[in-house]
Amino acid sequence: MSATDVRASGVVARGAKRATLAGRQARAGLLLALPSVALILVFFWGPVLYGLWLSLTDFDVYAIADPSAVRFIGLGNYLHAFSEPDFWNALRITLVYALVGAPVSVAVSLATALLVDAKTTRWKPFFRAVYFAPVVTTLVAVAIVWRYLYQPQYGLVNALLGKFGIPRIDWLGDPHWALPAILVLAVWKNFGYNLLIFVAGLQNVPRELHEAAELDGASGWQRFWNVTLPDLAPVFLFVSVTTMINYFQLFAEPYVMTQGGPLKSTNSLVLLMYEQGFRWWRLGYAAALAFILFAVILGATAVQMRLQQREGRA
Amino acid sequence: MKPKPGALLLNGILIAGALLTVAPLLWMLSASFMPTGQANSSPPPLLPSRVTFEHYRELFTHLSLSRAFANSLLVSVVGTLATLVTSSMAGYAFAKLKFPGREGLFRLLLTAMLVPAQVGMLPLFLMLKRLGLVNTYGGVLVPWLASVFGIFLVRQVAQAIPDDLLNSARLDGAGELRIYRSIVLPNLGPVLATLAVFVFMSSWNDFLWPLVILSDDRRYTLPVALASLVGEHVQDTELMMAGAVVTVLPVLALFVVLQRWYIRGVMAGSVKG
Repeated sequence: MSATDVRASGVVARGAKRATLAGRQARAGLLLALPSVALILVFFWGPVLYGLWLSLTDFDVYAIADPSAVRFIGLGNYLHAFSEPDFWNALRITLVYALVGAPVSVAVSLATALLVDAKTTRWKPFFRAVYFAPVVTTLVAVAIVWRYLYQPQYGLVNALLGKFGIPRIDWLGDPHWALPAILVLAVWKNFGYNLLIFVAGLQNVPRELHEAAELDGASGWQRFWNVTLPDLAPVFLFVSVTTMINYFQLFAEPYVMTQGGPLKSTNSLVLLMYEQGFRWWRLGYAAALAFILFAVILGATAVQMRLQQREGRA
Repeated sequence: MKPKPGALLLNGILIAGALLTVAPLLWMLSASFMPTGQANSSPPPLLPSRVTFEHYRELFTHLSLSRAFANSLLVSVVGTLATLVTSSMAGYAFAKLKFPGREGLFRLLLTAMLVPAQVGMLPLFLMLKRLGLVNTYGGVLVPWLASVFGIFLVRQVAQAIPDDLLNSARLDGAGELRIYRSIVLPNLGPVLATLAVFVFMSSWNDFLWPLVILSDDRRYTLPVALASLVGEHVQDTELMMAGAVVTVLPVLALFVVLQRWYIRGVMAGSVKG
């Protein structure tokens, strides 16, 4: 006990001291939290609310010069989107990115994680680092690299496939192949991230469980299905939800590699929003597109969490 | 003891996978040293016929990529420092200091993680336009000044600081800010290192926001400069590969050196709080 405490005799004095301490703590807490809270309120929540209002107006290129020309048009932008073939096309492609690309990406991560985590694997940290390397690279730079790899005449992809007798494909120029080509790049770039999370999760599966199952004569596949997967369920849910959300927001890959083409076959919702907003300055319409994307992501996340939770219980 | 065939196969698959994974990066490096035009020959060469640095020289002289490099460095360093300061303060406050509205504010911050960044992007652009921050370094920096993820990360670690330690400092008459500086900050060292690597890499690699907010190529960051370069020099494969190397190499080197911290951040992000 310090000297000040000894001197402060009586319940009243002690209570008052505690009150000033609590007051000082509250003041310090507010002061320390203030910069972050203020910045996030002003530069994040502010724009989000402003965006909600924008999406209900006809804010366009004229409004940038003269903001007083903006009119409130209610749900006009949303209705306009629903009547545009371009919007439905972008929505469909975004759904393919999220509902095909993301599961493929998670599957590749999980398969590689199982290999890296296997008992007989050597140099585990080395493999982990190598598979993780694409994650830290700059997307724009590697998208440019892959653009050249996909080049029909001189690209390494066709050269490699040619060795197996597969004829040349115009990867980024053919509307059928451009989207799968972009997904391959996206998976290559991202799978190392989830790999790391899966490896951490696998290390938490108790070894005794595996050994017991092995003694009972369970095959490798049965052990994976009945021991590993249920234990991995929370990690799996986290990984599949976050990965799906990321694939919903795909932008730089198609922007750099195909500009959304050919024939708009790779045009994602974010790319459409960017074009509408910053090429044509239809900011009201673009804001509505952003909120539609948000709603789609929320809906898909809710569905996925419900599905996987039900499966976990069964 | 002879290794089992299963183990050989397993390690073989992993090595093949690793080769496939690094192949695009190795080819990028190799092509950047090829003489002009060599990459566009059939069959595609894997190694330069003679090593040349002319593309790097051109990037840094005629094409002023050094300026973009400096811009990227400036934005990433300042953004990282800002996030470290704001997140360490707020993370500690939300973990250890009782103040009115604390839980509500924290929930509000966490909800922000649910909203995709693109939702606020167009209106933020308009706001910054009114503030005269479009096409400035300040404008590029705005998203990197505070971080919900950073606050969350710091808060988790700060919660583990023993209350007794803080209280005894209070009884010794230390002010709250001094406690933050001399007791809390030293305890946060490792998590701040993780956060620093994370923010530096994310801001270095960021593309959509600088693309939106910058119009003057003198202020372009590397990814934006690279994307605009590919528009003009799409035929110059070797030159573009050199540009890609310059962009990717700093973060890749940083990752190799600071792996431990980065991996810790990935894991922390996956732990549900």
